[in-house]
Amino acid sequence: MTGLFELLGLGASAELLSLSGWGGNLLRGLANSLQIAFGAFGMGLVIGLFGAYGKLYGGKVTRDLLAIYTTVIRAVPELVLILILYYVGSDIINKISEGLGGGRVEINGVAAGIWVLGVVQGAYATEVLRGAIQAVPVGQIEAAKSYGMPGLMIMRRVTIPAMMSFAVPGLANLWLIATKDTALLAVVGFNELTLETRQAASSTRAYFTFFLAAGFLYLMVTLCSGAVFARVEKWARRGQPSLKGGTS
Amino acid sequence: MTGLKDLMQPHRIVMMLVFAALVIWCAFALRWDWIPKYAPLALEGLWATIWILAVSTVLGFLLAVPLGLAQAVGPWYLSLPARTFCTIIRGTPLLLQIWLLYYGLGSLFPQFPWIRSSELWPYLRQAWPYAVLALTLSYAGYEGEVMRGAFSSVAKGQLEAAKSFGMPRFTMFRRIWLPQAIRNVLPTLGGETILQLKATPLVATITVVEIYAVSSRVRSDTFIVYEPLLLLAVVYMAIAGVIAYAFRRLEKG
Repeated sequence: MTGLFELLGLGASAELLSLSGWGGNLLRGLANSLQIAFGAFGMGLVIGLFGAYGKLYGGKVTRDLLAIYTTVIRAVPELVLILILYYVGSDIINKISEGLGGGRVEINGVAAGIWVLGVVQGAYATEVLRGAIQAVPVGQIEAAKSYGMPGLMIMRRVTIPAMMSFAVPGLANLWLIATKDTALLAVVGFNELTLETRQAASSTRAYFTFFLAAGFLYLMVTLCSGAVFARVEKWARRGQPSLKGGTS
Repeated sequence: MTGLKDLMQPHRIVMMLVFAALVIWCAFALRWDWIPKYAPLALEGLWATIWILAVSTVLGFLLAVPLGLAQAVGPWYLSLPARTFCTIIRGTPLLLQIWLLYYGLGSLFPQFPWIRSSELWPYLRQAWPYAVLALTLSYAGYEGEVMRGAFSSVAKGQLEAAKSFGMPRFTMFRRIWLPQAIRNVLPTLGGETILQLKATPLVATITVVEIYAVSSRVRSDTFIVYEPLLLLAVVYMAIAGVIAYAFRRLEKG
């Protein structure tokens, strides 16, 4: 049994994974990943909210442009989008910097990751929020209008609270996609969890140990998010009949 | 889908003209002179992408059926491992799974003498078996959850009726349960297959030469950045379109 453990590289893994060893690097990578995921999710929500409103209430051209945005983003692999957006983003920033008379700009990895994944998340969030807004009974919005509420106030006081219960499951899914998509940034060379893991693995030759450890970290993040989102969903559905029957 | 009448609205005609102008500008202003040189390699890559996609979806679906069945009606010693498997696959990034299999498992195998001397060894030293394995497991993990829903959605009365006719269990599964579950699952299956297509470029990171790897090769050889990526996006959209169309036909027919 110990022979098998040694073979899997698990014998020395406690030492390898200790905080003073490579464990610290893994945790730093995880912190980076979570930072990017939070930022991308937030940016996606903002794009999604405007996108959903544009798709529902915008003019013809706005609607068509948004349709192209969501269709293209959802049909092209994330990895390809990440590369395209990464190059486009750094090109634009460099052009602006040259225009202002500066030199080439070193782009912050976290900011670039947020920009790239945020645009991708925005397309999915647009669809999720559009469906949720459509599920709000029209009468509620009409009632708010007839009270003379201005548009923004209707959005803040009626539409958003009423659509929350429909949007939360989809948004939970998007958050999980965001956390897992941060791994793709390893390919472009950002120091998030997957890349840190690979560096740790290749310098110690304990590939199996480190990838298992990283998988465990990701799994913990998803399981904890699942628990959090269950609470959020319960909160968003407060006052509504429970899905399981009976009242909650 | 939009009909011809929808496209004939004035603002759409203007947009299409703008789009056409954009395409023509792309054709002339961007560099496409690398295409003839890389076309044979690109076709090979395209074939590899389609091959990996087809094999991993078919194998993944075959694995998803027992996974779904175990979760829907299996005893705890079958449903618990199936549920754990699905949770782990869905909770970790695919890129990590691919690297775990290729670098992790790939570095363990040579240490076992009986694997080194087996018939499988030449295959275990290449990248594509790991790519196919990782994509298959991932597809099975996602599709297993979907199949669980599909299997539990088949009406209980039908199964009871079949039982009262004295139908053997396997016949019941093959003639009543599976066909209905598959029909219920077809729309999701189309979506999952497109997601699987979008997962295939990840195998390029373990040296499998598919269409994405070809575009990276063009980028690193010639320093042309946008053109190969744009073409690649169009290729992926075309394949996704074909898959969506095929599944719509399947649903109707």
